[in-house]
Amino acid sequence: MRDVAVVSYAQTPYVRTERVRNEVEMLMPVIDEVVEQSGIPRREIGFTCSGSTDYLAGQSFSFVHAVDAVGAWPPISESHVEMDGAWALYESWIKIQCGEVDSALIFSFGRSSMGETAETMTLQTDPYTMAPLGPDAISMAALQARVGLDRSVFSERDMAEVAARSRKNGLGNPDAQVTGEFEVEKLLGEPFLVDPLRKHDCPPVTDGAAAMVIAASEVAEKVSEKPVWIRGIDHRLDTHQLGARDLAVSPSTELAGQKAGVARGPVDFAELHAPFSHQEIILRRALGLANDVEVNRSGGALCANPVMSAGLARIGEATRQIVAGNGSRAVAHATSGPCLQQNLVCVLEG
Amino acid sequence: MSEAPDPVTSIVTPVRVDYTYTPGISQSKFLLGLKQGKLLGGTCDECGRVYVPSRGACPRCARPTSTFKEVADNGTVITLTIVRVPSENIDVPLPYCVASILLDGADISMNGLIQECELADVRIGMRVQAVWKPESEWDYDMANIKHFRPIDEPDVPFEQIKEYS
Repeated sequence: MRDVAVVSYAQTPYVRTERVRNEVEMLMPVIDEVVEQSGIPRREIGFTCSGSTDYLAGQSFSFVHAVDAVGAWPPISESHVEMDGAWALYESWIKIQCGEVDSALIFSFGRSSMGETAETMTLQTDPYTMAPLGPDAISMAALQARVGLDRSVFSERDMAEVAARSRKNGLGNPDAQVTGEFEVEKLLGEPFLVDPLRKHDCPPVTDGAAAMVIAASEVAEKVSEKPVWIRGIDHRLDTHQLGARDLAVSPSTELAGQKAGVARGPVDFAELHAPFSHQEIILRRALGLANDVEVNRSGGALCANPVMSAGLARIGEATRQIVAGNGSRAVAHATSGPCLQQNLVCVLEG
Repeated sequence: MSEAPDPVTSIVTPVRVDYTYTPGISQSKFLLGLKQGKLLGGTCDECGRVYVPSRGACPRCARPTSTFKEVADNGTVITLTIVRVPSENIDVPLPYCVASILLDGADISMNGLIQECELADVRIGMRVQAVWKPESEWDYDMANIKHFRPIDEPDVPFEQIKEYS
């Protein structure tokens, strides 16, 4: 295995609606920043991989447009995943492991504000037996929360505590979108949005982009004073069929965590991609994190949920914490699909 | 043994997703220009190439195209095809010619219909001019240009346009 490190990370400030700029215009400053910070000349970066979905823009092949922001002429070695940028990171890591390249640029983007994101997510489900029923992202998450509550895996109070802590942590993150001090008692007095989820249990609608540069050790050690090493990375999935799953647990996260080597050392903190409050509790258990492990110092997806970037942002935010000296070993996680269907776990060390 | 039921060979599951699309700075500029009967290209801050329309970046330099320049509504056929099969949503009598046209002053070609001539006469290097709808019908829409028609100018030699073909 080659040692691979994150050498730079950048993201847009996360906003409810990016009305002025299109995807290319939104990405360009982020890519400029991440390439400059990496210290690797743009033309020497061996591979470029993006993560996005055409369903957000409502335009087929819109991901191809975005490549304009990178400078793709003369032709570059480039790929795309219809997944969160965390999976573009995974593909790039594999490319480096294969010895094909020594460095890679990863980026992801999306403007959820242009459509009805929760309803668009219905189209991820089985097109014959599930999508015609029209379950949106919030309804599916509510089904999962109900299972967890009825089995006493967590309580409504536990969920509100996750929301209050996340949004308080978000106060320290200049890029976060929804932040503030909230009293758990008051949150529990709020009406249900989709029973048993209240508004605070759900992520905001967010527009934004993120980018990262990774490199093999021979490059990373040359360009970076403080490379953050990817010590393990793995992704696993549960069945597509919601009815066939036990929604109160996340076996795919558990397995990815084992394969990525979460338990091989102490975990200083974690960044978990939990768009809904109860999902953080399910993930924490699946990863076997001790009670004192701090989760989502950045505020997480409850403070900003840039669809297709929120997973990569967890890895990026964890990297920033390590570079800032706030811990030396972190677990970062990304999810995709309804009710934590697919999960990626990444162990980072400073 | 009971008889197997007839297989389900097809089902209809209607899908509808609504969007409120905002095109961004550069494409907005282009659409605002169209409304006034102008074709506005974005000019690369670094190399000066002109993209019509621009998505906001020069794909060669990865620099913004932050200044805008009006390009001509006449240009040169870069490549073409004759369409002979019907297609949903396209209401043009068959057969018809679609061409890539490099407008004078632009560094990227755009698509257009070539009409007002025999299909067999359309060729690479041919000079053409936009035929606009009446001004009263102009909108933020490429359909302001109905089609392109040939103009009486000598063909452009392939050597001069091969970079764009």
